[in-house]
Amino acid sequence: MSGRGPGLAGLAVAAVLAAVLAVSVGPAGIPAAEVVRWAGGGGASLPEAHRLILTEVRLPRALTGACVGALLGVSGAILQGLLRNPLAEPYLLGVSSGAALAVTAAVLLGLPAFVLGIYAMPLVAFAGALVALAAVYFLARARGRLQVTTLILAGVVVSAFLSAVAMLFAFLSGPRYLEILAWLMGRLEPLTASAIEWTAAITVLGMALAWAQARDLNALILGEEVAESLGVGVEAAKRRLFILSSLLTGAAVAAAGPIGFVGLIAPHICRLITGPDHRVLVPASALCGAAIVLFADAVARVVVAPSELPAGVVTSLLGGPFFLVLLMRHARMTGRVR
Amino acid sequence: MAAVCGRPMISCRGLSAGYGAHSVLHRVSFALRSGTVTGILGPNGSGKSTLLRCLARLLPPSAGSVEFDGTDLFRDLAPRAAARRIALVPQEEAPAHALTVREVVELGRTPHIGRFGWLHRRDRIAAGHAMREMDIHRAAERLLDELSGGERKRAVVARALAQEAGVLLLDEPTAHLDVRHALDLLGLLRRLARRGRTVVIASHEFWQLARGCDRLLLLDRGRLAADGTPRRVLGSRACARAFGVRIRRGQGLTFDIPGRRVQSDRRMSNVKT
Repeated sequence: MSGRGPGLAGLAVAAVLAAVLAVSVGPAGIPAAEVVRWAGGGGASLPEAHRLILTEVRLPRALTGACVGALLGVSGAILQGLLRNPLAEPYLLGVSSGAALAVTAAVLLGLPAFVLGIYAMPLVAFAGALVALAAVYFLARARGRLQVTTLILAGVVVSAFLSAVAMLFAFLSGPRYLEILAWLMGRLEPLTASAIEWTAAITVLGMALAWAQARDLNALILGEEVAESLGVGVEAAKRRLFILSSLLTGAAVAAAGPIGFVGLIAPHICRLITGPDHRVLVPASALCGAAIVLFADAVARVVVAPSELPAGVVTSLLGGPFFLVLLMRHARMTGRVR
Repeated sequence: MAAVCGRPMISCRGLSAGYGAHSVLHRVSFALRSGTVTGILGPNGSGKSTLLRCLARLLPPSAGSVEFDGTDLFRDLAPRAAARRIALVPQEEAPAHALTVREVVELGRTPHIGRFGWLHRRDRIAAGHAMREMDIHRAAERLLDELSGGERKRAVVARALAQEAGVLLLDEPTAHLDVRHALDLLGLLRRLARRGRTVVIASHEFWQLARGCDRLLLLDRGRLAADGTPRRVLGSRACARAFGVRIRRGQGLTFDIPGRRVQSDRRMSNVKT
């Protein structure tokens, strides 16, 4: 309770620091102090080359990264709340893979990124995400109650299958093989200005929609039946939340490919800092997710310079051990309590 | 509250319900008045929880109807509207995350607040009032998992009170409670009824129902087998049939399993609340 205001402020500071780091590192190092001074309006002191790198390359990329992180963080928070599963996450549940497969197929089939002036890729990805999430949910539910580990197992299976299909498509595509493969690992591509604007707009809209689910998500902490007795139309709420998390994941994947584990790590860190209340958890997970992706992208550009890693590789390197710790803690708890 | 005292708040007419092809309740009819504590008694599997779920608008009837104050609960009341009128205290609940008592009780305001979940002053007042009423306000900032079973139960009842619903349904409210805490809770429920609430307790603990209730409904394999004062229902032949035990009426209530005396509640009924 008491840590909410300071917690949110701390996460905001972390996101800003990660953004400064993300725009200052790279092949041409721009000192952070210079970036801050430029952001404060002292643009005259910045060399023209640096100014161009900032405005044309790094800021758009950082904005994309921040949006992707926020989308994934909130999507993870929603899935964990909706499924009452601490291990739920768009990447592990195959939602990201579904979105990625849909985008890969659309690109290879020659679908233009913009249809009638509308950025089509997030919609394609949204459809793929929704189908994958529905598949996982019904696979896991086929055996009655929704068990924490059964759901993750179903997700991993669906994810592996869909990823394999996407890779098959990539392979069959011939010359673009490597490019698509790197994207499938989760990489912040240079997007067109218009695509970034669309992504930012979807992010803002998605955050607002997610925030408007806070009451129902909070009631769901107590279980579906209790939530229903508190007046939450649980089936309708679940449908809304499934669609919303698919939309958020789809927009993130359309922008940067399937970046893993952000949706797992961000809500967990935030719950430790601000508690489980979704009124705070939703904006906190957005900030934390943004910070994680920006940080991962900065690391990805530094460790193998002058080349660069896909950011998804870095988040997975962080997320894998994190997942294991959570899984072991969960196993210990279920072993003792149930 | 006094004005509505005695009005039928919840009534079932020919209520049948079940799960898919498995029907549990068969044509149950009764009406519950405000200001009373009613016990739903029956052996395991007799349909107590199913009946409670129907009254809580969680399980739609397969036939018949449930009415709240003259309105059809399932046809004419939206979930949120129903939750402002009827509160349920489930037997067990396991929050997915560690919540403080205050957070749990404030969730009782869910049917009163907007979708962003922000509480107004009157929501905080209602939650605070509910916590004081259940004497759990001193533990408001503690985590639910740190509390004893009795305190946890009081926190959950406080959440139901924060709902400000006129009807309070409790499923096995005294399970996991020792006799002292069970008696405290029963006393509290009585006080709530005296102030105009309609309280319904589903349980299979004879002595508690005998002590805590004005009226008992006996369920036997999904049918309403007896309906009346605790003394009458517990002493009825229907009750003996339902449970397969003989019940003798004396100073207190004595329960015999044929051939063996198991429990006398005479001492228990002398415990002062």
